[in-house]
Amino acid sequence: MEGLDDIVEEFLVESHENLDQLDQDLVALEQDPRSRDRLSSIFRTIHTIKGTSGFLAFNRLEEVAHVGENLLSRLRDGALDLTPSRTSALLMMTDIIRALLAAIEATGGEGTVEVADTVAVLAAALEDVPTPAAETAVVEAAEAVVAAESVVEAAEAPAAASVKAEKPAAKRAPAKRASRAKAAVPAPAPVPAMETVAAPAPVAAMPSAPPVTPPPAAAPAPAAPLAPEPGTAEAGPKARGVADSTIRVDVDLLDNLMLLVGELVLTRNQIVQYAGRQDDQDLVRASQRLNLIASELQESAMKTRMQPIDHIWSKLPRVVRDLGLQLQKNIRLEMEGKDTELDKTLLEAVKDPLTHLVRNSVDHGIEATADRIAAGKPAEGVLTLRSRHESGQVVVEVADDGAGIDPAKIGRSAVAKGLVTPDQLTRMGPQDLLQLIFAPGFSTAAAVTNVSGRGVGMDVVKTNIEGIGGTIEVESTVGRGTCMRLRIPLTLAIVPALTIECAGDRYAIPQISLQELVSLDAEKASAAVEEVGGASVYRLRGELLPLVRLADVLGLPSDRHDGHVVIAVLRSEGRRFGLVVDRVINTEEIVVKAVSSVLKAIGLYSGATVLGDGAVALILDVQALARRALRAESADRQETRAAITAAVATQERQRMLLAAIGGGRRVAIPLDTVTRLEQVRSDTVERVGSREVVQYRGAILPIVRLDRHLGAFGNDDRETLEVIVYADHGRSVAIVVEEILDIVDGEASVHSDIDDLGLLGSAVIGDRVTELLDVRAAILAADPAFYNPPPGMPDAFAALEAAGVHLMEV
Amino acid sequence: MSTATDARTVPVTSQLATFWLDGDLYGVEVEHVQEVLRSQSITRVPLAPPAVAGLINLRGQVVTAIELRERLGRPARPAGEQPVVIVVRLHGEAVSLLVDSIADVVDVNVRDFEAPPDTLDGSARDLIRGAYKLAGQLLLSLDVNRAVGT
Repeated sequence: MEGLDDIVEEFLVESHENLDQLDQDLVALEQDPRSRDRLSSIFRTIHTIKGTSGFLAFNRLEEVAHVGENLLSRLRDGALDLTPSRTSALLMMTDIIRALLAAIEATGGEGTVEVADTVAVLAAALEDVPTPAAETAVVEAAEAVVAAESVVEAAEAPAAASVKAEKPAAKRAPAKRASRAKAAVPAPAPVPAMETVAAPAPVAAMPSAPPVTPPPAAAPAPAAPLAPEPGTAEAGPKARGVADSTIRVDVDLLDNLMLLVGELVLTRNQIVQYAGRQDDQDLVRASQRLNLIASELQESAMKTRMQPIDHIWSKLPRVVRDLGLQLQKNIRLEMEGKDTELDKTLLEAVKDPLTHLVRNSVDHGIEATADRIAAGKPAEGVLTLRSRHESGQVVVEVADDGAGIDPAKIGRSAVAKGLVTPDQLTRMGPQDLLQLIFAPGFSTAAAVTNVSGRGVGMDVVKTNIEGIGGTIEVESTVGRGTCMRLRIPLTLAIVPALTIECAGDRYAIPQISLQELVSLDAEKASAAVEEVGGASVYRLRGELLPLVRLADVLGLPSDRHDGHVVIAVLRSEGRRFGLVVDRVINTEEIVVKAVSSVLKAIGLYSGATVLGDGAVALILDVQALARRALRAESADRQETRAAITAAVATQERQRMLLAAIGGGRRVAIPLDTVTRLEQVRSDTVERVGSREVVQYRGAILPIVRLDRHLGAFGNDDRETLEVIVYADHGRSVAIVVEEILDIVDGEASVHSDIDDLGLLGSAVIGDRVTELLDVRAAILAADPAFYNPPPGMPDAFAALEAAGVHLMEV
Repeated sequence: MSTATDARTVPVTSQLATFWLDGDLYGVEVEHVQEVLRSQSITRVPLAPPAVAGLINLRGQVVTAIELRERLGRPARPAGEQPVVIVVRLHGEAVSLLVDSIADVVDVNVRDFEAPPDTLDGSARDLIRGAYKLAGQLLLSLDVNRAVGT
């Protein structure tokens, strides 16, 4: 059965079912020959078989069905009456169709099943001739067949009728039609419809195995003229045929089953929790069994709804081909992981967004052939679809090797469309900028095409994916290509989640967004959780992780007072942030329940669930939380910064960022002046006039190398530069240091009066002499016009222009 | 919500399930009431509108609980007093109302019906269709659809 493709298999299952119904209908029809309904139902069945078999090139099957259909249509229209002989003819047709289907199922081809006699019987039944005459006709037909076969050498019969053999046979048939037609024509007596006359012809002409046609006399009896295939002997007795091994089930029934299993899982959780507190060993054992069985049941129930992603992918090659032709692009579509399965409902929900992403990649992602050649790429663009299971999720990627997305361009476009302010823009990283393509009303296409959207596309894609609890990320390298990555839960109904506590209430966080958990005791927390420009950050393996306190977001007082900090590291839209919670409880499979629209509108909860102990817990909407909290955070930071603009002068009591600048020298920089810490590839540093700049978030950032500024001897040939970004009034400069060391409290420092250019003095910090950077001087070194902001000139462009540097638009 | 309630049509006779709230007797149509529960644990929903008391677990279903005192602009229930939960079913969805205590099911006739008393203030007025004059007691007819439409 492996050899059959899906369409054939589906056809077989469907036909077998319909034929069972057909048998019943035919017998019932004898009792009530005038039942239009039954006749129509039979007609539809045969019509469907005819159509599909024609499409699948099962010519003999089509032949039989076609004549049968003619007979049925006349019966249905009342042109003919249903006589017992006609019923027999129809039953015979049913049997021969079964035999053909069995042959198709066993070998993939129609095998040696002979249909000419059945066709002849049916054709005869079409005529208003009494039974004996029909019998004669049948005999004649049979003779005709035999005659035909004696002409066609039996040797031509292919022994093993494989699928491949099927096609040549089909092709041969028409060629021989003319010559063989005569042999068959005499059989069915005068027939009005030309179609019907021609029908038996190719059948008779068909080369077939040893001429074992069943005796036509047996026609009224339900004969099963299936000649066993020599070639299929080793295929052996199949345990179950296609029709026996599958059943059709109403999706509603499966949904209900899934719902019940969900409830069972909840109850299981409750019982397991309860049993865990008991001493009764039998109860504990029983609950463990229950636990296992419920898990297995859940898995099996889930599997009933699983379908390979190929179901929706199979339509994409056509989409890509047509679109490629239309746009005159040469595109190859590659697919990896076709067999990855996911819930049918999710599959349906992903279909449109996925199609849109593919269209988008073809349209905007992959460049025109000429551009590709100019860029030194192969003329043929490659669009790759990948899917795989990854930690309980399905990851689907749509990747192209096209031009990629330029964050700077996105940024400018977003500003032009009023989606972000230039000020916001300076604070956004490349990843944030890329995410802007999902903002409502954003479209980067210079010209709106009829292919992929009018700028309503990507935000709808995102909304749809998030609607099913999934996420979407974009990764792009200019010149190399773009990759859209969807993460979709395996199933909608039950999701693994982390339960946490905050302010005395429990909340669930879907595992799909969770990356890791960090727990810090009071001592560590006070050192590791730092304030950068008014916002809490935690340095997670060298990267700054913005922290969001759940209690603050919810407007509740945290009940954790011992200084411990528990951080759930979450990922949303390609960015990471840490959610500070009171404590982590455990992981639990939860059944997602919708909450009323009033609660949805709050924008923090994606649903609710019933926990193991029966309590209701809200499910946090991580995407919404990130959007809400991180945005609020940056607003806070701006306010904070506004309040401390004068801080440069009063830095004695401030937290300091410690950095090495080379030559063993260390400088301290007041932390309030630091906007971000970044790493910049040194090959991205460009020279504008006598200054060095770097493109940063769509703007040009002047650079000051602290080692040169302070006369130290730094190492110039590093690949990445550690950069401290300082921003004020919408302007930014980048201060390059050798290494960022630590953040310390500057209070205990002792100042001595070393007076050097660019320094305010020095202090002993952490037992080492550390120079205090004159931030103002350093900034002026990078951007002389930094502190006299011309109104209306919001970013670093102005400063450079003021410095007499002519700028090219990049 | 639905046009039927907007029109404020009142059938000739009807049955109201009645309950007490801050000393007043209210009634809702019996056909809306699914069940009455006592002592349910309620999960609060931070940042929700004040009338949303939280969520309750109704045999595995998560149901929003509306604090009717808040909804009707009455003072909060005295501490220590457990509310009674009336689960109503509207448009196939269950919503629960928190009230002080439950009373009888009462047959009412449109003869006894009058427009809302003028003494009712703004927010409550929108939620009350009118009053039935029972012997020695006014029964305020609550418009359930509006009451749950926070």
